[in-house]
Amino acid sequence: MAYKSEGSNLVPVPSNAVIPERDINDMPALECKNLGITFGGLHAVENFNLTIGRTEIAGLIGPNGAGKTTVFNLLTNVYQPTTGTILLNGMDTHGMSTAQVSKAGIGRTFQNIRLFNNLTVEENIMVAMDKSIKCGLFAGLLRLPSYFREEKKAHKRALELLHIFDMENVANHRAGSLPYGAQRRVEIVRALATDPKVLLLDEPAAGMNPSETADLMANIRKIRDTFQIAVVLIEHDMNLVMNVCEGLCVLNFGRIIAKGSPAEIQKNPTVIEAYLGKSHSTKAHEAVNEVVEENSDTGSDNK
Amino acid sequence: MKRKNTNKYVSFALVIAAYAIMMILTASGKITRSMQGMLVPICAYIVMAISLNLTVGILGELSLGHAGFMSMGAFTGTCAALMMTESVPDEGLRLGISMVIGAIFGGIAGFLIGIPVLRLKGDYLAIVTLAFGEIIKSIFNNLYVGFDKYGLNFQLLSEKGIKLEEGGRMLIQGAMGISKIKKISTFTAGFILIILTLFIVYHLVESRYGRAIMAIRDNRIAAESVGVDVTKYKMTAFVISAALAGAAGTLFAMNYSTITANKFDFNTSILILVLVVLGGLGNITGSIISATLLTILPEALRGFATYRMLVYAIVLIVVMLFTNASGTKMLISNIKAKLGGNKEEEEQ
Repeated sequence: MAYKSEGSNLVPVPSNAVIPERDINDMPALECKNLGITFGGLHAVENFNLTIGRTEIAGLIGPNGAGKTTVFNLLTNVYQPTTGTILLNGMDTHGMSTAQVSKAGIGRTFQNIRLFNNLTVEENIMVAMDKSIKCGLFAGLLRLPSYFREEKKAHKRALELLHIFDMENVANHRAGSLPYGAQRRVEIVRALATDPKVLLLDEPAAGMNPSETADLMANIRKIRDTFQIAVVLIEHDMNLVMNVCEGLCVLNFGRIIAKGSPAEIQKNPTVIEAYLGKSHSTKAHEAVNEVVEENSDTGSDNK
Repeated sequence: MKRKNTNKYVSFALVIAAYAIMMILTASGKITRSMQGMLVPICAYIVMAISLNLTVGILGELSLGHAGFMSMGAFTGTCAALMMTESVPDEGLRLGISMVIGAIFGGIAGFLIGIPVLRLKGDYLAIVTLAFGEIIKSIFNNLYVGFDKYGLNFQLLSEKGIKLEEGGRMLIQGAMGISKIKKISTFTAGFILIILTLFIVYHLVESRYGRAIMAIRDNRIAAESVGVDVTKYKMTAFVISAALAGAAGTLFAMNYSTITANKFDFNTSILILVLVVLGGLGNITGSIISATLLTILPEALRGFATYRMLVYAIVLIVVMLFTNASGTKMLISNIKAKLGGNKEEEEQ
């Protein structure tokens, strides 16, 4: 995506930021070159080229079955790509395991929530901090001082992270017992706990009510601003996508059919055709424009 | 988190109280001989149940070959004890060292078996562990080991190849197993092993290792996505589980004068699994109680003679029905709420 994040009004990282400030240079956070995967003759994703800036909020949209989640699975090495390369901060992630990719700096959430249901919310987040807890097996079994020190540190940080969504009060609840929207938020916090450089959100607003979605929009920006990370999200809620994302990439049948700012995408006839079919494209265009006008007063970062 | 802590203290209190009561009863001579003979096996089965609970309840992988690790520990530990008869005259110390050796060999077996097995999931893992249990049994059934001043002498299938110097003795004699074992296992040793096991398992569960292990059980894909090295943590749980089973095997074997590989067959593996399931998956206190009751039960049912196993099965079914009935569950959670006061809070 050609989009540069210089236009967005970034809030400077506060001194008490949960994650230390990163060295910011011009290298993109994530770069996909000619990415593709074939499942038994079916080109699920083909010729996928995408560049995500260091603190960009990008959206990946497209009709059902377009291959959006497959792209996430490729980025996190759940699937090994048939062709192409992924550069995370300039580092090729080829051949890494999913866990290694996570350690290298990609955090993700799932379309159908995948929490550790029998663990508490706090434990869910502490699992994700695994790489930053410096306490070996024997220190844990023998309860050496390092165990207590590291546990205390992790506990403190888990609560700090939960504070983003004001969820400290549910820290000791079983994750599986929380309502749907809260589970989605816990999943986002858990992904953040891995200290990612790129956060992938797979339909973060699915199943949320309008007020929860509005909160989520504010929080996605807040997360980007505090942690200074790139966020890529898959979402069907166009209101959220158009308001939060600074750059969009539209997929259909595994291919990119359009890239650009939300305003450009809304006017793109190919995109409208992909969503609504050919005969409707003119009518749909008008309909979409109406929606856009309605939403423009909600305020957005992309202006 | 608090609820887990209360469970932990209940386990420790239960074991210590049971030990104290049994010691008092033994001292005052109010305990039958058959009951006294069962104390060590009960301890061994408790440790077996807790260690299998680590694999099945906490790691969430079905293992049907746990008796194999027990067998490994029983044979290696007993061999070690026999070899140390002269060099370590103190029986308690000898038993301790033997149990450590049994645990190490159990752990090694767990590691070797874990390499192929932990790549499998669900039913496949169950079938392969079952096979490994049988393989270990077959190996010990066909293994002949002699010992003299020059060291150990191994032979498979027959003892013909083993030539021992004067003063040497056969340790393992194939299907005859190990005989003329000096019974050095004591109830106190069993008690110490249970306490150690509880320490290890509870401390593991409450550390970052335990959290990661339970995360893998709850959702492997999510665990991988947050950077949890699945193989490493699965292996850790599996090896610890196997090592504890090895130590329990040594304790168990040293309570008899003869030990054969057939004692640790598929039935034993299933029995241990029954202990775990009856006590509740992931519930350590439950494992302790069910291991105790189900080891005593067959003895207590001796009066029924031929119908013993039938009654045993009926008791199992009744217990399962009773503990799963909604009324009982309510009662238990009410009691917990009154005792701890935090269960209620969690349900909200």
